[in-house]
Amino acid sequence: MPKSKSAYSVPGKIGKTERHIIVVWVDNEAGVLARIAGLFSGRGYNIESLAVAEVDKKKHISRITIVTEGTPQVIEQINLQLKKLVPVHKVADFKRGEKDILFRELALFKMLANSKKQEKIKKLCKKFNPVVLDKTKKSFVIQVTALRAEIDKLALDLKRFGLISTSRTGSVAMTKGAKIFN
Amino acid sequence: MSKLISGAEIVFKALEDQKVEYIFGYPGGAVLPIYDELKNHKSIKHILARHEQGAGHAAEGYARSSGKPGVLLVTSGPGATNAVTALTDAYMDSVPLVCISGQVPTHLIGTDAFQECDTTGITRPCTKHNWLVKDVNDLSRVLHLAFEVATTGRPGPVLVDIPKDIQFKKGKYKFIKNSLKKKINGKATHKLSNIELDKFIELIKKSTKPIFYTGGGVINSGPDASKYLRELVSLTGFPITSTLQGLGAYPGDDPQFLGMLGMHGTFEANNAMHDCDLMINIGARFDDRITGKVDEFSPKSKKIHVDIDPSSIGKNIKVDLAVVSDVSELLKSLIKRFKEKNKNFLNSNKQKTSKWWEQIDKWREKKSLNFINSNKIIKPQHAVQRLYELTKDQDTFITTEVGQHQMWAAQHYKFNKPNRWMTSGGLGTMGYGLPAAIGVQIANPGKLVVDIAGEASVLMTMQEMSTAVQYRLPIKIFILNNEYMGMVRQWQELLHEKNYSESYTAALPDFVKLAESYGCVGIRAKTPDELDEKIKEMIDVQKPVIFDCVVDKSENCFPMIPSGKPHNQMLLGPEEDEEISDEGKILV
Repeated sequence: MPKSKSAYSVPGKIGKTERHIIVVWVDNEAGVLARIAGLFSGRGYNIESLAVAEVDKKKHISRITIVTEGTPQVIEQINLQLKKLVPVHKVADFKRGEKDILFRELALFKMLANSKKQEKIKKLCKKFNPVVLDKTKKSFVIQVTALRAEIDKLALDLKRFGLISTSRTGSVAMTKGAKIFN
Repeated sequence: MSKLISGAEIVFKALEDQKVEYIFGYPGGAVLPIYDELKNHKSIKHILARHEQGAGHAAEGYARSSGKPGVLLVTSGPGATNAVTALTDAYMDSVPLVCISGQVPTHLIGTDAFQECDTTGITRPCTKHNWLVKDVNDLSRVLHLAFEVATTGRPGPVLVDIPKDIQFKKGKYKFIKNSLKKKINGKATHKLSNIELDKFIELIKKSTKPIFYTGGGVINSGPDASKYLRELVSLTGFPITSTLQGLGAYPGDDPQFLGMLGMHGTFEANNAMHDCDLMINIGARFDDRITGKVDEFSPKSKKIHVDIDPSSIGKNIKVDLAVVSDVSELLKSLIKRFKEKNKNFLNSNKQKTSKWWEQIDKWREKKSLNFINSNKIIKPQHAVQRLYELTKDQDTFITTEVGQHQMWAAQHYKFNKPNRWMTSGGLGTMGYGLPAAIGVQIANPGKLVVDIAGEASVLMTMQEMSTAVQYRLPIKIFILNNEYMGMVRQWQELLHEKNYSESYTAALPDFVKLAESYGCVGIRAKTPDELDEKIKEMIDVQKPVIFDCVVDKSENCFPMIPSGKPHNQMLLGPEEDEEISDEGKILV
């Protein structure tokens, strides 16, 4: 006879995971973010980043962008479970690397750096639409917008230039062209 | 201009417009204005429970047996937290409940006020949706929406939290028909296409080893669904098995019925599930008690899954044809389409499935539900069989607690109608059956309602006997008393070297005397000889009864699928026991 006599089944093979960006349009009401976040934590899904703000002041619609990772089955479940929530209007699901989708994340870096170093930093950030927001003799706050992975790498590179604080928004997404997601 | 009325009155207006007849509840400080208003609304009767969990399960029993939503009224803080078990139970088993809870006044929210808790926060993961109403003019809209969310799509519990000041405040009442249907369950209202139906029929026609696997969705879809299911099963001549929650949708004594499937299902049902070439899942959810090891679940079959909840499809098991629909609607259109195109299918197809039926009959010969009876001591299976024989001629409603007795009830009591079987399947809540029986009896006055119970489970909500006596509800609590938490003991015997750690209850009450102290009737049966006579006595008493059926302490529930194993590797009886690995133990 078999070895295991447990009351629960043994875990099966876990498939390959994919990274997805899920966009959720919700009623901007009390507790809605807790509902979304609670769905993820309660069912053991993963949130890498989450960005949320009201995008329609009249109808009080907020747009939530969640970066998550999971097997195709888990991603499908996330979509279906989200759609069941009462304040959710629609859900869009984009796979990382899809061609007709734009992804962007904004980051602020604060560095302790003299003006010499500051020039080097600007050069390093050149590709990522750098904006210097604050500057003193000793310090420097710069804003960049880029893909998540690019910001990851940049943050690593900036370490040796005296990076002391990082603030990131998490990814937001939008389709290319005239189409919108319905 | 409608006149202004208090929040408390709005609550009752909404309940009246929703045709609510009974509410189950327990008063407290934060909900007093609503209780104060109760006297002005004669069409609504309040059933006072002895604990909010009891009120919740009673509301569940009411809902399951009547098809109407159950309504629950509790106070803030402990009132709400006590209701959480019942809400979670209803969420897991798709029972429509509307829970109204009092809350501390708006200006005190967040100050750790007396009997304050974050009710919407606590109940968010165990309700379909919940609301904290901070404006009295929102109240009627929210209440009607609450009923709609609870009863549409896949049914479930909702909660409306009403601060005390809102209950006092004056506002407008409006009966607003919400129409959120499309949103509530994604594609719930999606129309069935003929292409889908034809694919379905094509699979039916190709199959040589088919099986229907039906679940609670058939019951939740209403009595029509059971009617259509019977028609489709007889039209095709296919075998059918049911989950725990689906029992009663198809007659339990019909030759095409293979019995319940799953961990404690019959040998024939589980083997047929494993070996079939077409599995037609109607309103079941591929629960882990059913599938066992997912990788080896029915490896050779095409699978059709009909479910109203799109997130149920593909969650555990990949399927070949997914149909998002209400069961009743689907079956109706399917039968119509099927009949048009396939006259006399039953006879022309007989040949095709004859080998399959021969195989099923071979499995049936194992008689996997058999047990060794005794003439000295009452075997629990025998007790359920006798109860069935002595009650089957009247319209009987059965509830259960959770454990061995629940499985024996499911195996040996044959249900012929839907809504006659109320059990806690998903959450597995000990203490469910007694209060559920109260709700069932309220919804079905004059009918026989029996809670097949275990002595450990029933003690968890025993206080509700007092409710039964107060409202003269002649429920019968049929306790299979083995002095153990039987299912725990069984696992300890099989998995933990018979180390019966804390599963024996010393100092149990004398159930007969306990019954008397509640003002109901206590009956005890100790030997098989006296069993029938005592059961008849129980049925004849027009009062609540606690029946102490003293049964074999060491009986185990078979057959069973040891977990992590596919359906074709069942344990049929104690003689098959073997040593259990350490690896197996950690998985319990």
